[in-house]
Amino acid sequence: MSKNSKLLTGPLNLNNPITVQVLGICSALAVTVKLEPAIVMAISVTAVLALANVIVSLLRNTIPSRIRIIVQLVIVAALVILVDQVLKAYLYDVSKQLSVFVGLIITNCIIMGRLEAFALGNKPYASFLDGIGNGAGYAVILIIISTVRELFGSGTLTLPGFGELRVIPQGFYDFGYQNNGLMILPPMALIVVGIIIWVQRSKTRELIEKV
Amino acid sequence: MQDLLNLFVRSIFVENMVFAFFLGMCSYLAVSKTVNTAMGLGIAVTFVLVITIPVDWALNEYVLKKGALDWLLGEQAADVDLSFLSFIMFIAVIASMVQLVEMIVEKFAPALYSQLGIFLPLIAVNCAILGGSLFMQERELASIGEATVYGLGSGIGWLLAIIGIAAIREKIRYSDIPAPLKGLGITFIATGIMGIAFMTFMGIKL
Repeated sequence: MSKNSKLLTGPLNLNNPITVQVLGICSALAVTVKLEPAIVMAISVTAVLALANVIVSLLRNTIPSRIRIIVQLVIVAALVILVDQVLKAYLYDVSKQLSVFVGLIITNCIIMGRLEAFALGNKPYASFLDGIGNGAGYAVILIIISTVRELFGSGTLTLPGFGELRVIPQGFYDFGYQNNGLMILPPMALIVVGIIIWVQRSKTRELIEKV
Repeated sequence: MQDLLNLFVRSIFVENMVFAFFLGMCSYLAVSKTVNTAMGLGIAVTFVLVITIPVDWALNEYVLKKGALDWLLGEQAADVDLSFLSFIMFIAVIASMVQLVEMIVEKFAPALYSQLGIFLPLIAVNCAILGGSLFMQERELASIGEATVYGLGSGIGWLLAIIGIAAIREKIRYSDIPAPLKGLGITFIATGIMGIAFMTFMGIKL
């Protein structure tokens, strides 16, 4: 496998930002009650991450290392303001649901983590691919969590452009099927992530921690 | 007075930063291996929240929000709305406050400084801090006193959560957990169960 394609596919499994690098947990958990905000969030984070990676990588030889955190924060904050304004203009409802979590992309550890660990030491094109790859890894986990939570919690799936689709047929409810209200509550997001980590590590044994 | 007390209790238990909003999860997971370090980080976060939320409140009230510049420019500024700049202003305040706090602590409390060590500068990128300021803006808290109390309450809530999980992790090390769940996995599930426990406070009407 070539080096560039490794940058793209690595974060999907072996080097996943959420389940392996433990970055960006806060937003991953908070926006996953429904599928649509999760997808929008994943796209926003990917866009900010890829652009910030490119900008920091272009500036990497001119940023003095003592003040690099503040410089990076300013770059990311400017990009997040752009994303926030775009969401407010075109997807107002979703932007309301995401509330403060759009702003919190600034302190999303995936972004700071990748800027520090990758963009500061690599060329712009590689940094761009790294941003897209990590964004995709984040998106995969967000989509899994929000599908599970929405399907079992409200019996629907909300896709951007299609609106709310009823997945569990009415017949089930007539027989006495109930939505699991616990799934909508915040603590279940943590437990779902715990289970995803469990499944992933049982499949790829080299990820198991030696405590 | 009673309002302030309500806000204080609500921000610790009902609207706990970790269990209700998942803010500051990254450092919560990374620094909760032992109770001592968890305690140090928790105190530092509380300290920074108590300082930054009132400062950001004043910034929002007198500079950023719609019509906030009236006191400076009079009627002609009534339509000026700078709130789209709030992210960049808040993060600048937080980053500089963290720097300031670091210098003050180093000068006047060297013992505490050496205890906190590397955690102090890392607080700037802890989402609980920026989250606190953004929630403060969204809820339109009425006075600087409320903002301070809200900062203190959310800080203590975060401190409670991180000390709780650190204590659990110290004990859990000796338990027989399936290998793929060890470490990160079981920490997530334990946090989830703690979150369910904290949800019992939700019914309390304050």
